[in-house]
Amino acid sequence: MTTRSRVDGQATALADEYVSYYNRRILKPPTWRAASIGGYLYLGGLAGASSVFAAGGQLTGRPGLARAGKAAALVGIGLSLAALVEDLGRPERFLHMLRTFKPTSPMSVGSWLLASYAPLVGVSLLTDLTGRFPFTGRAACYGAAILGPAVTTYTAVLISDTAVPAWHEGHREMPFLFAGSATATAAGSAMIAAPPSENGPARRAAVLGTALELGAGWLMRRRMGMIAGAYEHGRAGVLMRTGEALAVAGAVGAVLCGRRRAAAVASGAALMAASACIRLGVFSAGVASSEDPAYTVVPQRARLASPETTYA
Amino acid sequence: MTTRLPQVQEETGYERHPPRMGFFTDTSICIGCKACEVACKEWNQLPADPPFTFTGLSFDNTEQLSASTWRHVAFVEQRKPMRAGAGDGSGDLRWLMASDVCKHCTDAACLDVCPTGSLFRTEFGTVVVQSDICNGCGYCVSACPYGVIDKREDDGLAWKCTLCYDRIGDGLTPACAQACPTQSIQYGELDDLLDRAAARVEALHQDGVTDARLYGHDPGDGVRGNGAFFLLLDRPEVYGLPPAPKVTTRDLPAMWRHAGLAALTLAATIATAFAAASFEFGGARPARVRK
Repeated sequence: MTTRSRVDGQATALADEYVSYYNRRILKPPTWRAASIGGYLYLGGLAGASSVFAAGGQLTGRPGLARAGKAAALVGIGLSLAALVEDLGRPERFLHMLRTFKPTSPMSVGSWLLASYAPLVGVSLLTDLTGRFPFTGRAACYGAAILGPAVTTYTAVLISDTAVPAWHEGHREMPFLFAGSATATAAGSAMIAAPPSENGPARRAAVLGTALELGAGWLMRRRMGMIAGAYEHGRAGVLMRTGEALAVAGAVGAVLCGRRRAAAVASGAALMAASACIRLGVFSAGVASSEDPAYTVVPQRARLASPETTYA
Repeated sequence: MTTRLPQVQEETGYERHPPRMGFFTDTSICIGCKACEVACKEWNQLPADPPFTFTGLSFDNTEQLSASTWRHVAFVEQRKPMRAGAGDGSGDLRWLMASDVCKHCTDAACLDVCPTGSLFRTEFGTVVVQSDICNGCGYCVSACPYGVIDKREDDGLAWKCTLCYDRIGDGLTPACAQACPTQSIQYGELDDLLDRAAARVEALHQDGVTDARLYGHDPGDGVRGNGAFFLLLDRPEVYGLPPAPKVTTRDLPAMWRHAGLAALTLAATIATAFAAASFEFGGARPARVRK
């Protein structure tokens, strides 16, 4: 593996003098497993945005859409919590997250966010299924919809608040990428689970969410310079390109034939797969960028060389 | 010399505290004996880093700092004379050796992002992991801009140099500095060490070693300076150190702002979709709630 072959034209000029200690990585790659934490980035988004669909369905008299949203949110957040605990080095100590509150730690903020959000999701689905305590159920549903968007976008802060080049340098656009991706996947799950007569909002949200997902992703890579290479090569590149192709296919399918049951299910599945690929692609790009010292050294050297370097 | 690193203990909330303590690692007099690596392993009872391999990278079979290796001696072989202008350089070999360690940053990302409070700032201004609190989330590993802290496979916890917290509290010198036979590793009050380092760079420059420079001593850098700083004879990346690291949490307020805006965008996007669907022509309008 050479690091030079990975950099583009602009970076190659900077990389001419590039050296690292035996070309070894400088950063430690994330210890997080792709299946659990990459999966959590996806599932947390599915849950958070689904809660907004559930509230919308409830408000506008679409009970099927509301129930589909509540169910997707519970499945998403349940699996998320399991993945998060499973990924700890000491899972039996997961409650140590709640022994303090640290605004400087997105993981601490997220732990409290999930601890508030997950019970609301559970109550909202349970009351919907049993038909009991409808007032409590509605309140829980709206509460989850208020926290849902935060559950969706805080994960972008979680990964951006690291030394990992491909994550940190995307910290402005990553929350929008995650918001779009979550909207598209929750729309996809609603198109699969809700009756076609109620999926109008989901079909429209699929298009808007996909546009936001692709637009934010494009802008993010454009603004991060040579580090964008981490999103274009290897496993991350394959995942990102597959995800983008599936996203376009799913959105087009939702517009053209989303009122037909079979087409809605197929488009929804494409949207969900697209979002999953893109989240895992973002995860893989981060790991790749931490393993290649060029992504650490070249931008930092440019920062040093720039006369207006400030650390503010 | 006027460079002074922040007395970070006060920012943390210690009302009374000893002076900020740290390491000055002068790599120009390192002889690559690895006594620091061994002394650290012995004192801190650190396990081996399996599997052991001969790397073929000069004398370096340790390769990097890890959860169980808190001092690492780097070996760099260069075709270059030690002093500027000495010979044409073709026959000269210089052998750089440097003992790397946790930097005990003034702005420590590992400490900032730790969700359990396991990582804390000591009264000496150093950064230490409490292993009975750590739950092995691994956030500190991804946050460290130097690739220092790491997670152990067997116990699942994060580990790194404590600057021998259990020794310095009793007035002892950390094991690595104690064992160093050339005083390449110096332990003491940071203010004193900075003065000593500045004088040493000056002396080396006068002696023709124009490559000598300090690393991690500047309170104006991206981590507001290190509690463990270095005198290097080449650029930092040659030793495997990042040239201009920056604490990730400096951008955290901006990240939260963007995430907040993105959350509102998500809610607005879905609300727009619902609004658009209610104006739908010819489609199946949802049944209003009956009764």
